[in-house]
Amino acid sequence: MKKYILDLIVSTNEKLHNNYILLKLTSSQKLPEMLPGQFAEVRVDKSPSTFLRRPISINYIDKQKNELWLLVQKVGDGTRALANVQPGEIVNIVAPLGNTFSTPQQTDKKLLLVGGGVGTAPMLFLGSHLKEMGFSPNFLLGARSANDVLQLDDFRRFGNVYITTEDGSLGEKGYVTQHSVLENETFDCIYTCGPKPMMVAVAAYAKKRNILCEVSLENMMACGVGACLCCVEKTTEGHVCVCKDGPVFNIEKLTWQI
Amino acid sequence: MADLRTNIGNLELKNPVMTASGTFGYGEEFEDFIDISQIGGIIVKGTTLNHREGNPYPRMAETPSGMLNAVGLQNKGVDYFVENIYPEISKIDTRMIVNVSGACVEDYVATAEKIALLEHIPAIELNISCPNVKEGGMAFGTSCQSAAKVVKAVREAYPKTLIVKLSPNVTDIAEIAKAVESEGADSISLINTILGMAINAEKRIPVLSTVTGGLSGPCVKPIALRMVWQVYHAVKVPVIGLGGIMNATDAIEFMLAGASAIQIGTANFIDPAITVKVANGINEYLERQGCKSVKEIIGALRV
Repeated sequence: MKKYILDLIVSTNEKLHNNYILLKLTSSQKLPEMLPGQFAEVRVDKSPSTFLRRPISINYIDKQKNELWLLVQKVGDGTRALANVQPGEIVNIVAPLGNTFSTPQQTDKKLLLVGGGVGTAPMLFLGSHLKEMGFSPNFLLGARSANDVLQLDDFRRFGNVYITTEDGSLGEKGYVTQHSVLENETFDCIYTCGPKPMMVAVAAYAKKRNILCEVSLENMMACGVGACLCCVEKTTEGHVCVCKDGPVFNIEKLTWQI
Repeated sequence: MADLRTNIGNLELKNPVMTASGTFGYGEEFEDFIDISQIGGIIVKGTTLNHREGNPYPRMAETPSGMLNAVGLQNKGVDYFVENIYPEISKIDTRMIVNVSGACVEDYVATAEKIALLEHIPAIELNISCPNVKEGGMAFGTSCQSAAKVVKAVREAYPKTLIVKLSPNVTDIAEIAKAVESEGADSISLINTILGMAINAEKRIPVLSTVTGGLSGPCVKPIALRMVWQVYHAVKVPVIGLGGIMNATDAIEFMLAGASAIQIGTANFIDPAITVKVANGINEYLERQGCKSVKEIIGALRV
């Protein structure tokens, strides 16, 4: 897919939570096609300590409003500066970057999309895309507490939502891999993004039951286009770039101990 | 439009803007953003005799005004390059130059001999300055004797334009430059990255898997400028300047300090279209200054 350098205009900057903001970006021109799992390299202005762009997964594309959504977790100076952009300001991005999730042939396949923390971001876009293709996706979202469950109304537009919180304030208490839906139902494909221990646990669950499983990785990146070879993941084919050959990988290709 | 052509030994570039090895892939990753034939030259990723997996992740750390990397010359080896990559890139209408690295003199020579047979590769850049490999690499570039030895051996085996890339991690870079010039280098490029380190204080661990890595970006520019200036005054062969060039003004500063051409590295990660902008910016500067040719500003610093 053709990659672009785009100056987008901030439509809204919504504070979802103390640590998360949702940026909706638009353009006077039609946004290029982007796929679930892909990401944008976002230039951070007004942060002298931030040198590199920040890779941020595409949270949702609102085709009617010509909007690109980015869910930003405030981690360091760069993402904090990004969280301060005001409506009308310009955000420069390079996108779309990376690969996408695979989709099954038949729409009656049971799909589970598992997201934890800011890893729920690409799951919304994937869910919306699958729903549009005729699938009925199921979401399993994990968070620390009810306050940390983000974009719940948006997820509910596209499928069933199951929730776990570590303190039990919403949904079932515990981690995503402890949710009863994993025991009570069977799935054909599992897609996941979130903290690595969570993805490893989800991958182990899938592998044990021989379920196709794809994970979205977020290794530290510099270029975002496969030139610098910094963000590599060790795979069955050696070191490959997460930015170009990923970020989505079938667990069979990874060398994780699961 | 000023005349932007410049020379690296016998090799003419359409303009002085090149890309630094390991920051631009083989060019194709940037074709969506720019017309890469508008670049003066592309130095492709460091190539070694045999396949190298490179260092374990993490290989990168962001720093104030720059970054550290410890990639460790990951590449599929020269035979893979000749068979699979060369046919794809040989049609690109710019100077395609291969960066060559090795663990011992014989490796450098064998790799250079294979590259010499490729019609559309008019030059190699000999990397005797990689800080991220255990053996070879920078070890060759930090003493006059070892630098001279590897350049001499490659010079005998490689008839086309030979550029030698120097390490800044030395006491006297001008002495190294003179040593490689006397063994037949056609040009000297500098600087490679500066050895550095980053620490995660909370976890009490180094950020890079290799503990140390190579620093690049605008934080190294003053050091690079100084070294280009010193080397320009120490040798007669053309100098290629690099180190933290982020815009046309930076590039012009390197040329005033004595560089006949420049390379853009880390800046490609921030703005994938930077190379063409720098080439255009150099032209605007020349027109503003009333220069007909870019050659008028090489070493034209008023001291």
